[in-house]
Amino acid sequence: MFDRRLINNFDWILLATLVVIGVLSICNLYSATNTIRSMAGSQVYVKQICWYTIGFLILLLVTTFDYHILDRFAYPVFFISLIALAASLKMGKVAYGSQRWLSFGYFSVQPSELVKVSLVIVLAKHFSDLEKHRLRDLLRPLVLIAIPFIIIVHQPDLGTALILLMVSFSIVFFVNVNWKAILIFLSTAVLSAPFFWIILQDYQKKRIIAFLRPDLDPLGAGYHVTQSKITIGSGLLWGKGFLKGTQTRLNFLPQQHTDFSFSVFAEEWGFVGSAILLLLYLFLILWCLNIARNSQDKFGTLIVIGIAASIFWHLTINVSMVTGLLPVVGTPLVLFSYGGSSVVSTLAAMGLVMNVSMRRFMFQE
Amino acid sequence: MVRRSDFEPVEGETYQRRLTGLTLLVLIAFGILFARLWSLQIINGPNYRMQSEHNRIDLRDVLPSRGLIFDKNDHLLVDNRPSFILGVIPEDIKDPDGLLEGLSGLIEIDGITARKKIERALKWDPFNPVYIKKDLTRDELARVETNLFSMPGVIIEVKPRRHCIYNNLAAHLIGYLGEIDRHQLKREEHKESKLGDFVGKVGIEKKWHRYLNGIRGGQQVEVDASGRILRVLYQKPAEPGLDVNLSIDGDLQMVAEKSLYGRAGAIVAMNPRSGEILAMASSPAFNPNDFAKGMDRKGWEGVVSNPRFPLQNRVISGQYPPGSLFKIVVALAGLEEGVIDPHEELFCGGSHSFQRRIYRCWREQGHGYVALHRALVESCDVYFYQLGQRVGIDTIAKYAKRLGLGCRTGLELGDEKAGLIPSRAWKLRRWHVPWQEGETLSVAVGQSFTLVTPIQMVRFISALFNGGALLRPQVTKWIGRDNKKGVFQFKPDVLDRWSIKRENIELVKAALIGVVNEAHGTGWRARLDGIRVAGKTGTAQVVSLPEEEEPVEQTEIPYEFRDHAWFVAVAPAEDPLIALAILIEHSGQGGRVAAPIARDILGSYFSRSRP
Repeated sequence: MFDRRLINNFDWILLATLVVIGVLSICNLYSATNTIRSMAGSQVYVKQICWYTIGFLILLLVTTFDYHILDRFAYPVFFISLIALAASLKMGKVAYGSQRWLSFGYFSVQPSELVKVSLVIVLAKHFSDLEKHRLRDLLRPLVLIAIPFIIIVHQPDLGTALILLMVSFSIVFFVNVNWKAILIFLSTAVLSAPFFWIILQDYQKKRIIAFLRPDLDPLGAGYHVTQSKITIGSGLLWGKGFLKGTQTRLNFLPQQHTDFSFSVFAEEWGFVGSAILLLLYLFLILWCLNIARNSQDKFGTLIVIGIAASIFWHLTINVSMVTGLLPVVGTPLVLFSYGGSSVVSTLAAMGLVMNVSMRRFMFQE
Repeated sequence: MVRRSDFEPVEGETYQRRLTGLTLLVLIAFGILFARLWSLQIINGPNYRMQSEHNRIDLRDVLPSRGLIFDKNDHLLVDNRPSFILGVIPEDIKDPDGLLEGLSGLIEIDGITARKKIERALKWDPFNPVYIKKDLTRDELARVETNLFSMPGVIIEVKPRRHCIYNNLAAHLIGYLGEIDRHQLKREEHKESKLGDFVGKVGIEKKWHRYLNGIRGGQQVEVDASGRILRVLYQKPAEPGLDVNLSIDGDLQMVAEKSLYGRAGAIVAMNPRSGEILAMASSPAFNPNDFAKGMDRKGWEGVVSNPRFPLQNRVISGQYPPGSLFKIVVALAGLEEGVIDPHEELFCGGSHSFQRRIYRCWREQGHGYVALHRALVESCDVYFYQLGQRVGIDTIAKYAKRLGLGCRTGLELGDEKAGLIPSRAWKLRRWHVPWQEGETLSVAVGQSFTLVTPIQMVRFISALFNGGALLRPQVTKWIGRDNKKGVFQFKPDVLDRWSIKRENIELVKAALIGVVNEAHGTGWRARLDGIRVAGKTGTAQVVSLPEEEEPVEQTEIPYEFRDHAWFVAVAPAEDPLIALAILIEHSGQGGRVAAPIARDILGSYFSRSRP
């Protein structure tokens, strides 16, 4: 039963925003990996095109069913993604000193990206099912958040763990802004910190210390921030021009195609370019919030809020990190940095947003 | 279609308010990001632009100073000396060919190799120095320095170079450093290392590399277009390596090496009660300083292709037949198994025939009727042919292994060889032929397939005189800095205890005292005034001469077919302080060649420290 109104209600503006970001991302990756050190990595932008194509197909697929069926599938989907996450810890391949990939021969997936989306759905279900908000109803979401969080800290992928925490807290606070709740959450976090510290391995502790005190690591993360600031700052108002970024050419930046892709863009397109990119994201987030506002049920609202929060925190943390406002955590700029799992899962999530958006008038039936 | 109307109006209103709040929060966050970008790109932009065009921020290593190596009396054996290295920063060179030509006018360089190195670095890593010549002399240094201003991109770095103060002294034990290879780079213990680093390749330098090396530091520096450092932005100091104190007695080591001079062989001295190695000499040796300077291909080939293998540490990886030393094992096995009474006399007429073959005693005229004591003292072969037959090959092998022969001793240096104790099963497995009874006779006097290393023998003789404790030999006393309790502290490590009856051990000990101190003892040349030495001589045949032939003088046969001379000893016999194993390759009889060396070494040792 495919409703014609679905096509009439199709959110072309949302799709267009995503396409523009996608095109900018691919052009930027072409530039970032087109350096003097042309290695096998120069094909990164081609792969990103593939990921975007797959992502958009999944996005369209996700819009075809009514998101309310997720009410039934929320927990199964969440547990499957948790199992994949646990598997990546057990037998995943190690890259960048952390075990976060599950390899399937030709490609590998990052189950933590899937968990980000499935956790949003499961939390949305939990809170939309509640009649009243009692404090003890916070127990279950705490457990739901803690399990993937512990696994991801163990990988260790502190950036993703942080994002997961921020996104879930955004949902919780949105549903239940209540000083008692905030206190409970914060005190749980503070009280469980020493416990975490005990179960962590030495090298993991080192990494966390390096995160909290980057000045102790002037040769690693500290160096990258210095270089990133020079790269961004040297872009001035109009930038050095496409493919003309000198810092990028010389390979000063680590992970130019992932965590530091914004720096590459800011160098070549200057303040004007980076401001436009930020405005695109701002528009995307505000548009999502608007969809959340117009959604006619709590479940839809909470899903969209969670996804918007995910994009917001990714962007804020990544841009703060590359501009030296926050320590280097290792978080990609969602949709803009290279990363198959991230692009596909984010576009799938945007499919959900569009799904909610398209069905906002359904009640008029 | 499912419709849900659980959205209560009151909650709906709250949600609307919160959404407005969220929107505000998002706008504030973006405001901060815009402000940050404005500050970076517009306000401070020109400054950053200049930095990106003219200067750059580089990372420079600060190398830790490597720990020193001392002997047991705190005499310095190995330290670090400054050495000057000429390098270029590929990115800063305008014209590589012109530069190399200019340089070759000043000093001797390998232009073709340098050119290749620079080209590769330009592609992969243009900001890190490429080293063109190591170890500049004062003269070369002066010539380059005066012309440095006209050669942008050329740098001179001062790097510490490993220096063995006494050159060859304990070279095999100390080992040397070499540039890390790709294979080592992948190993966990070298995860902090980079290509181009020097790491321990053998000996103590390798074994304790992780402590000796220290931890690399670094600097974030701002450099200008010609590679000059303008300022240091941040730095992390290097952590110096820890010092290693060896159990080696430097003076004793020197005496041992002197007595090996011009010969091929090995000498190892050990404290028989603790397992501390007091001296470990292997000859011919090499000079680790040649490696530190960076050996060229010719020098390396000279070392590697030397027919006497100077790189081999003969103490732990030289495998030799034990010769008559093995009679101690056969004697103990015979006594323990009860197949011989210590007073039972067997006849030696100078040879023994078995299965229509003749097995000779080293003493042509024979020893007559001998019991166990005299058979060991005078090293009668015929007695042990008969005893060996009685004990049987598999029982001999069982005892030899139980007493610690034919297996690694567990010394902390790498490349230790296990030796070989043959048995029936071994021969069938290895050669697919059954054991010949005649071979048992050869094994009983330490010939045939049997192989041991000097370190096994010194541990063996120590155990005999220390009450049967099979110790792990160790060469490190402690590791630390400034005499502070460090990461490693020596303690004796008893691996096993012999399960041999006390009275049998005493019988053999008495015989070994007799070897040196009695009238016809084969080891009389090791006798010392005032200190009772116990020992055993051994002569290991390299090739088994046909038994039917008359024995020939050693000097009449080619060097590589001459016998190896063995001597193991402890002193003082009553309460030993030092155990020795000496092996001199292709030099003749143990009593004649090795025993006098033992006397010299023991004499020198006790002249300095009287018991």
